[in-house]
Amino acid sequence: MLKEKLIKNIMRLCAFMLAGLLVFIIGVILVKGFTALKLSMLIETPRGGFYLGGEGGILNAIVGSLCIAAGATAIALLVSLPVVLYLNVHAKRHSGLAEAIRFAFDVLWGIPSIVYGAFGFSCMVFLGLKASLLAGILVIALVEIPVLARAVDEVVRFVPADLQSAVLSLGATNGEVAWKVMVRQVFPGVLTAMLLAFGRGIGDAAAVLFTAGFSDYIPRSLFEPVATLPLAIFFQLGSPFPAVQDRAFASALILTILVLVVSVSARLFSKKLARYRVHNL
Amino acid sequence: MNSRRVLKNKIGTLFMKTLAGSVVVLLLAIAGGLFIHSGGLLTVKPLGKLLFSTDWHPLQGEFGYLSFIVGTLQVTLFALMLAVPFSLCTAIYLSEYAKKRTLAFFKSVIDILASIPSVIFGLWGVLVIVPLVGEFTALFPGGPATGYSLLSAALVLAVMILPFIIHIILEVLQSVSLSLREAALSLGATQWQTIRRVILRRALPGIIAACGLGLARAFGETMAVMMVAGNVAQIATSPFDPVYTLPALIANNYGEMFSVPLYDSALMFAALILFAVILVFNIISRLVLHRVERRM
Repeated sequence: MLKEKLIKNIMRLCAFMLAGLLVFIIGVILVKGFTALKLSMLIETPRGGFYLGGEGGILNAIVGSLCIAAGATAIALLVSLPVVLYLNVHAKRHSGLAEAIRFAFDVLWGIPSIVYGAFGFSCMVFLGLKASLLAGILVIALVEIPVLARAVDEVVRFVPADLQSAVLSLGATNGEVAWKVMVRQVFPGVLTAMLLAFGRGIGDAAAVLFTAGFSDYIPRSLFEPVATLPLAIFFQLGSPFPAVQDRAFASALILTILVLVVSVSARLFSKKLARYRVHNL
Repeated sequence: MNSRRVLKNKIGTLFMKTLAGSVVVLLLAIAGGLFIHSGGLLTVKPLGKLLFSTDWHPLQGEFGYLSFIVGTLQVTLFALMLAVPFSLCTAIYLSEYAKKRTLAFFKSVIDILASIPSVIFGLWGVLVIVPLVGEFTALFPGGPATGYSLLSAALVLAVMILPFIIHIILEVLQSVSLSLREAALSLGATQWQTIRRVILRRALPGIIAACGLGLARAFGETMAVMMVAGNVAQIATSPFDPVYTLPALIANNYGEMFSVPLYDSALMFAALILFAVILVFNIISRLVLHRVERRM
């Protein structure tokens, strides 16, 4: 019996260490960040000598990251929602194409963002494009598509099959089932999935490194290079000046808070909106 | 009226089917794109020399990837060794011992940990892990003691893949049917005996697949590793030596890519190696997981 208890407690300890680790990581970022954070960081773009410790803020990176993540999430939704609906409404559950696509999504999900970045870069060289907001959006969309598709697929699977049969028996076409019935049923889930994908997009650094470039200004068009928060953190941390490194901590705080807000609200959304769903017929 | 609806449906279906097919094509496109771009290097250098040489002097046209490949493997395997036992214990606790509310709480913890961006883990590593490892290294005589090392990279990476591995192992454990547990317990087995002799045995392929996916994940991790690994192109002989990984190589040199001939091609080849390794591990692990899911 002693052995049983000991083993249980070791395992429990591991689990609680995991929670402790999360608190520790976020705690370090919060403490370091708040001591370095100034209001000017949030509302100004870099001025002359910013990377030598001069005045200014990282508004360019905040706006850049939000633009990229928002644009990418929209595009990723436009691609993955039709595909997921096709998988669940049109295709037979175990048809060859459906299995292949699910498998492809699983594999794409595991591809690291640096590979997407390199691929995007290859395409840009091929097409003769320069690093820009548009390229950043497109590559982050690639990173987000499998995240979004998986999350939406999880929700669509739980729509009762009876509902689909009922609508079909009324004479609706497959397309009408998908776009008029299914979409409404899974709407809360899609919102949650979009927030998850948004969170993933906003924190991604490796893919935008090649494709979005970096700039000290807020972009005016899709074809200008744009700064992103993760890269701002990375570049500032690499500086030999303590004042600039402090800004890296503050930028990290901003990014962490953004990501946490997105991820927590995704959770709340899914709980709150779930009551509008048909559960069983 | 009716025929218009049918036509609309047909066009819509065709569109959705094309889009769905293009997802599969995307995988091929990535492989193809990277391969074409690295062609410049592959036509002038034999593959064997690229993969098994440690000479990395882009200015002299020497591209040997061995130290990067070994570096990536070292960091990845080290991180996996640290993360897997811990993940397994946590997942077993959550699946077999924890109450429903505890499980829900820890699921949130896992999700939040997984949502933290890589650059934040890197910053945490620079602030906490690197000084710690540096101080530890300083206890031994000789050698530079900066703390930017294989060990730091492995520690940070281990933390990053924890939520990922735990999540998959937890799913595998939860898919083991309840009747197996009940059967074992009714025969008089204790809970630990049930876990060890029945559940873990049943879940073993899934757990191995989870490790495979964790490995693939760790293999491609870029920013956090790059920030703490030291990035020196050499084969590390001790955990306190700096290492340079393939993703870090790609990310670190994008700036000077066009000033050196063949350099961009060389970096795209590095991405292709990464893609190939990760693809293989992903496909094998996913196939195992699919089979496991069907069997249980």
